[in-house]
Amino acid sequence: MAAKPKLWYFRGRGRMESIRWLLAAAGVEFEEEVLETREQYEKSQKDGRLLFGQVPLVEIDGMELTQTRAILSSLATKYNLHGKDPKETVRIDMYAEGTLDLMMMVALAAFKPPEEKEESLALVVKKAKTQHFPVFEKILKDHGEDFLVGNKFSWADIQLLEAILMVEELDASVLSDFPLLKEFKTRISNIPTIKKFLQPGSQRKPPPDSHYVEVVRNVLQF
Amino acid sequence: MSRKPILHYFNGRGRMECIRWLLAAAGVEFEEKLIEKPEDLNKLKNDGSLLFQQVPMVEIDGMNLVQTRAILNYIATKYNLYGKDIKERALIDMYSEGVADLGEMIMLLPLCPAAEKDAKVTFIREKTTNRFLPAFENVLKSHGQDYLVGNKLSRADIHLVELLYYVEELDPSLLANFPLLKALKARVSNLPAVKKFLQPGSQRKPPTDERQIEARKIFKF
Repeated sequence: MAAKPKLWYFRGRGRMESIRWLLAAAGVEFEEEVLETREQYEKSQKDGRLLFGQVPLVEIDGMELTQTRAILSSLATKYNLHGKDPKETVRIDMYAEGTLDLMMMVALAAFKPPEEKEESLALVVKKAKTQHFPVFEKILKDHGEDFLVGNKFSWADIQLLEAILMVEELDASVLSDFPLLKEFKTRISNIPTIKKFLQPGSQRKPPPDSHYVEVVRNVLQF
Repeated sequence: MSRKPILHYFNGRGRMECIRWLLAAAGVEFEEKLIEKPEDLNKLKNDGSLLFQQVPMVEIDGMNLVQTRAILNYIATKYNLYGKDIKERALIDMYSEGVADLGEMIMLLPLCPAAEKDAKVTFIREKTTNRFLPAFENVLKSHGQDYLVGNKLSRADIHLVELLYYVEELDPSLLANFPLLKALKARVSNLPAVKKFLQPGSQRKPPTDERQIEARKIFKF
């Protein structure tokens, strides 16, 4: 019986949240080791668990995987959420990269001084409304299917839902011009594994607050 | 007979260079449509060929691909440079992402304000010698094979060797304590397709200079 994947990261979203979403959506139970102190971090570096001395780290199938995208890509393939052929895979990758870009902006904004942070987050909402969401609305409109790629649930759908919810936290009206995305949001949220993940008490993490920022700054020393 | 891939980008390295390297190393001939004026970029935006209104964009196999990583993943799969199974692929991805992290810092250096440049260079030098190069040197040391993964050339080797050239451009002495990386660089550079790409007159682009950056700032692209 295979061991559960084990995640090593801060108690917060950051670069690990998309990985939590993917595992949860795939119905995979996982454990989390919480990184809170500089000492813990240095120990994990010294123990050679972190190839480039950085987190996120996911221990899975006897491997210590770091680098967010390497982890995401590997998990998507392992759990059959990465398309049925290279042409589907590349579309999933393109869509996932687009949403990752957007969500990274949100994650990094938390570490900026208040004025810059406001500006950054406003830019995220603007990009979502003008650059990203119109693209996904059109994709859904053009093929009229329930999922973004190949008429089948994939990593791209999980990423898009995560991104939609994250941007809605910044501006609740952001989907007002995107009726198909609204339906998409409801539909994907109702998938049993995702519905469960969206409930209180799951391993989903809240938006970054000042305590989270302080912990990360202390541990990573910046 | 299938068409050659067509690369749409500025006349410079930026986010397209790793794609040029990968195609070249795979022995794949490609064409380039260079973006030299704002109108060139606007035309691409207006004809709907840029999914997120951004370049790089690569026309290949009837698709307009965007997002550097998506493009690299597709090319690596197509030309068998992505390992033989999911575990090899995970290692290749992890190594490639590490290369991309350091590569990104070096790529963005010309855009750094003059006042911050020295500090940035120091930071990059430190990360190069203490974080990234040791990691790759240790991988090669751990298995003693000629290539990073599976005893076979993969995209990870190509990306890493490309990076080593940029590290060398920054300061050749940075490679001094990494004999296995130097050997990998020589080995990959001597592969016929790579050797050809390294010669003058190939589609390899020179370092970004100040004039290119100014031009792009003026034209807002």
